[in-house]
Amino acid sequence: MSNKITLGHVHMSGCIGCCVSIADTYGGLFTLLDNYADLVYSLTLVDVRHIPKMDVALVEGSVCLQDELSIEEIKETRERATVVVALGGCSAYGNITRFSRGGQFNQPQHESYVPISKLIDVDVYIPGCAPNPEVIRNVAVMAYLLLKGNDAQKKLATAYLAPLMALAKDGSRIESDSEACGCDIMLKVINQGLCMGCGTCAASCPVFAISMEYGKPNIDREMCIKCGACYSSCPRSFFSFDVCGDYENILGAITAAMNPGGN
Amino acid sequence: MDMLGKYKTCVAARSTSSEILKSSQDGGIVTQMFIYALEEGIIDGAIVAGPGDEPWKPKPMVATTPEEILAARGTRYNISPNMAVIKESVRKYGLDKVGIVGTPCQMQALRKAQLYPVGMRYVTDKIALAMGIFCMENFSYQSMKQIVEDHCNVDLHSLKKTDIGKGKYWAYTNRGAVSQIPLKVTHKYEQPGCHVCLDYVANMGDISTGSVGSPDGWSTVFVRSTNGDNIWKKAVEAGVFEVKAIDSVKPGLDLVTKLATEKITKNQKELEHRAKMGVNKGLRNPYI
Ligand SMILES: Cc1cc2nc3c(=O)[nH]c(=O)nc-3n(C[C@H](O)[C@H](O)[C@H](O)COP(=O)(O)OP(=O)(O)OC[C@H]3O[C@@H](n4cnc5c(N)ncnc54)[C@H](O)[C@@H]3O)c2cc1C
Ligand code: SF4
Ligand code: SF4
Ligand code: SF4
Repeated sequence: MSNKITLGHVHMSGCIGCCVSIADTYGGLFTLLDNYADLVYSLTLVDVRHIPKMDVALVEGSVCLQDELSIEEIKETRERATVVVALGGCSAYGNITRFSRGGQFNQPQHESYVPISKLIDVDVYIPGCAPNPEVIRNVAVMAYLLLKGNDAQKKLATAYLAPLMALAKDGSRIESDSEACGCDIMLKVINQGLCMGCGTCAASCPVFAISMEYGKPNIDREMCIKCGACYSSCPRSFFSFDVCGDYENILGAITAAMNPGGN
Repeated sequence: MDMLGKYKTCVAARSTSSEILKSSQDGGIVTQMFIYALEEGIIDGAIVAGPGDEPWKPKPMVATTPEEILAARGTRYNISPNMAVIKESVRKYGLDKVGIVGTPCQMQALRKAQLYPVGMRYVTDKIALAMGIFCMENFSYQSMKQIVEDHCNVDLHSLKKTDIGKGKYWAYTNRGAVSQIPLKVTHKYEQPGCHVCLDYVANMGDISTGSVGSPDGWSTVFVRSTNGDNIWKKAVEAGVFEVKAIDSVKPGLDLVTKLATEKITKNQKELEHRAKMGVNKGLRNPYI
């Protein structure tokens, strides 16, 4: 179908877990590929050797500054993709590669890793280690509506994507370190007088670094792998009454889009 | 701003089970709803504020039996981070249909998690029934202890029930004494994060309920989502609730609207104040 968007998966210094998350939409992936998107690039899944032009690039992993090919590839991705999505904690925030510092065979000089927004402008962040299949699906459907939908659908997609674009914009600022950490919960929520003790941050942390003590998050920073899940899931990081208040319609629309036969 | 949120129906109601009403906070709507839903297979467990390791300290827990749901009855006026166990409910407990009760902010957290799931893989499509409870403000455990023990002069161990109503904080003891203090005294103990909260009647619950608007022992109930509406209708048909039209009870919706407006207006002012708190700088506003 010519009306589909073109989608690519670009693998930088990642673990392919984000790609597995794309696949973990199970039947949903087939629906996406049947109706909304052509997968034009993905070294893991498609035999296309060089980064082609595409509407949406899902980039997994951070960039090693001592690996020229990888720097070239991230720049090519920016040139060839209309929308660049940092998929997962490594691409968006560095995540576990923040801790890399070289000194291992066979490239002991491979020591510096940066989130992709340190080298290129990024349009959308999908945080999480691993990112959730559901949110990848949501973003894919919304990207389709944004690029191919009618005015109402474009408006909905813009509103939905706005907070994920704001996170990306924040990370792409030249003076930003695109840093994520359990500390975000302290610096940007508790210290700002915004925490109300819901516990979402604790549920979202993949390594159980957050426990709720007397109703407030306590962060074990030695455990934290700097993925950014806690802050982005916190309802006091960003919250849109328009979008979240319309959850029934939006979730309904996504479900309907993923189930076009209506079965 | 829409003070009461979207809803399909609003009624005054209470459970028809005297066992539930024995120690529910108001009309036992939350407890009755979960027990009914559990028995009907609408949910296979519910996240509730269960008993904690100190008196009146709630502990979020995944309840999978009517007994556990009953044990969580009553309002604990201090923070119960119910969202903290949402991932556990489908992992460790293996639930497919999750019920959850929570304050308006917790319902917001839930809906955000469903739309933007992060660190919540295969959790958010398993939410089967979200029960919101009205909330004017909350307190830390230490605040509640100070209010009850220092101001009401009641030992937390002998406390039977606390309630906020008619401008007062009420403490009832197991041996029948009643102590009350003006709500004014409790203001400084409020959780600071509550002062930017723009929701009183849990606008994002499938069903939301509270005491305000209905007589003692009854609850005000908003049936909001299509899912909530389906379940509510079935439950009423099954006879587990006694229902009255909201405009047939006193004080009714006017008081609910008045309190909601007061809360939201006050907290909107606080957000404006925060934006200019410093000299040429202010604090962050989460509502984009
Ligand atoms: C902090 C707080 C403030 C409130 N403020 C108001 C108010 O201003 N006006 C009003 O009309 N109603 C308010 N309520 C709601 C009211 O107190 C009752 O919870 C509600 O009417 C439900 O009563 P019920 O008899 O249906 O529930 P029950 O059958 O007694 O069940 C209550 C349920 O609430 C859960 N719960 C108890 N404490 C907490 C907690 N701290 N956090 C999350 N869940 C909890 C329990 O696990 C239980 O499942 C408040 C509740 C809380 C927790
Ligand atoms: S505390 Fe947990 S969720 Fe937050 S950044 Fe660290 S690892 Fe990620
Ligand atoms: S998710 Fe945000 S508001 Fe909720 S407990 Fe964590 S820091 Fe506080
Ligand atoms: S006042 Fe708002 S933020 Fe505070 S506990 Fe109640 S719903 Fe949550």
